[in-house]
Amino acid sequence: MTIRIAKPGFFTTVQDLGRYGYAHLGISPAGPADPLSFRIANLLVGNNENFPVLEMTLLGASLEFERSAMVALTGARCECKIGSAQVPFNAAFEVPAGAILQCGSMMTGARCYLAVQGGFDIPLIMGSASTFIAGHFGGLNGRRLQSGNVLQVRQPGASRIRSLRVSVLDPLGAPRVLRATKGAQQEWFGPEAFAKLFSGAYVVSEHSDRSGLRLKGEAVRPRESSELLTDGIPLGAIQVPQDGQPIILFVDQQTTGGYPKMANVIAADMHRVGQLRPRDEVRFSEVSIPEAVQLLREQERWIREIFQ
Amino acid sequence: MRIIPASDSSLLVVFGNEISPALHKRVIALFHALQAWHDPRIRNLHPGYASLLIDFDPLQLTYDELNSVVQQMAPASDSMADERANVITIPVCYDIEFGPDLADVAQQAGLSLEEVVRLHSSPTYLVYFLGFTPGFAYLGGLPDILHMPRLTSPRPLVAGGSVGIAGSQTGIYPFDSPGGWRLIGRTPLRMFDPEATPPTLLGPGDRIKFSPIDRATFQDISSRAEARLR
Repeated sequence: MTIRIAKPGFFTTVQDLGRYGYAHLGISPAGPADPLSFRIANLLVGNNENFPVLEMTLLGASLEFERSAMVALTGARCECKIGSAQVPFNAAFEVPAGAILQCGSMMTGARCYLAVQGGFDIPLIMGSASTFIAGHFGGLNGRRLQSGNVLQVRQPGASRIRSLRVSVLDPLGAPRVLRATKGAQQEWFGPEAFAKLFSGAYVVSEHSDRSGLRLKGEAVRPRESSELLTDGIPLGAIQVPQDGQPIILFVDQQTTGGYPKMANVIAADMHRVGQLRPRDEVRFSEVSIPEAVQLLREQERWIREIFQ
Repeated sequence: MRIIPASDSSLLVVFGNEISPALHKRVIALFHALQAWHDPRIRNLHPGYASLLIDFDPLQLTYDELNSVVQQMAPASDSMADERANVITIPVCYDIEFGPDLADVAQQAGLSLEEVVRLHSSPTYLVYFLGFTPGFAYLGGLPDILHMPRLTSPRPLVAGGSVGIAGSQTGIYPFDSPGGWRLIGRTPLRMFDPEATPPTLLGPGDRIKFSPIDRATFQDISSRAEARLR
């Protein structure tokens, strides 16, 4: 069974949960920008939660189905139709053979996920199907999808469609607050800098993508301008270059860097980063590392409990 | 050695604050010890000049557990780095066509073209770490006289395999990309091949030497590499 890309949308890639174990070779994990919506999409159609899925950004794709298939859409809401009929969101539904599923502009959030029962059949590179744009590999030819591309879908096993117990809230329906812990070079920054970071509003710049989100707002500067020896960058690091405008390092980030890391978005809020759009306003609030780990545990419990 | 929580899922082990082979040896020793541990709770290791970032699954492994593992591993393993150090020879064609900045570098250093080639290809360089792009190695050991600022405006396209100089660094572009380094030659070897095991020619802690080759040898190695790919 195949799906043909009639229109690719703005920026659509194949992703699974990412490629781990190669950071020492300069290879970042890639993987979904919003891992929660990604996992829910797979679970709705009865897939293993790591099956390859389409990640669509800001403007969705139009997909032509050779045969009928069960699919699910999650993440940022966009108007998705088959012909003139609207299709459900956050629930599995059937696309008939020969139909074109059209996904429109996203109204809230930045990324929408489309899972197909059985999963896309994508060769694994270094153990993962994820597209890594900067490395030109993974997914389909290491690139975003183009019109006319054809994706193979695996024959579904004995998988069971699932449904959500409660309607899953839009991940960004909550205030746009990212919780963060202090970072590896926290000593470089004084209390005034932290007060600014944890109280000010920052606007997501247009120059943001899967490698990082550039923010515009009140400048936060280190106490003195010393040189940092290049070191490793964790996912979600909030690094501060000379101009004092923070950058959140994201899933396609460089694995090492030379700017001080002032703070770090917690793992449980990375899905929110993936739903930020250019010009969105975002704030940071400080949590401790034990609190951050506890929040991640609660999130794992939540994702198991939301299914019927 | 300082162990710093870098995020809820990572800790940074800092051995010092300078670029030195002695500090780096300790980075690589810990890196190899953790690799040999083969624990799936550790997701990624990021060596730097004088530090190692360890990315782990905080739902499976606590910060305190990992901290004590690092404490146990770090002191014992200083000697391992030397035993493992490979010296890899990278053939480089220092031809004006491949190294459009070669003449400029020679002039700024007050050297002849031959002297630049001889100086660049005589040291054994240390691979401190890989970063920036997949397969890009940060090398230490460039002779002082060849230290040179990067180009004022980067080239929109630099061919993969190009060998360049920027500041106190020399390096090899793993694939076609924009770049601001002064280009002095090109290797016909593929520095990064996602389908290969391992996918990069170089790894952290390796040692390399550049070996000058002529154009005919460059073409010969290139065509053999392409034949292998088909």
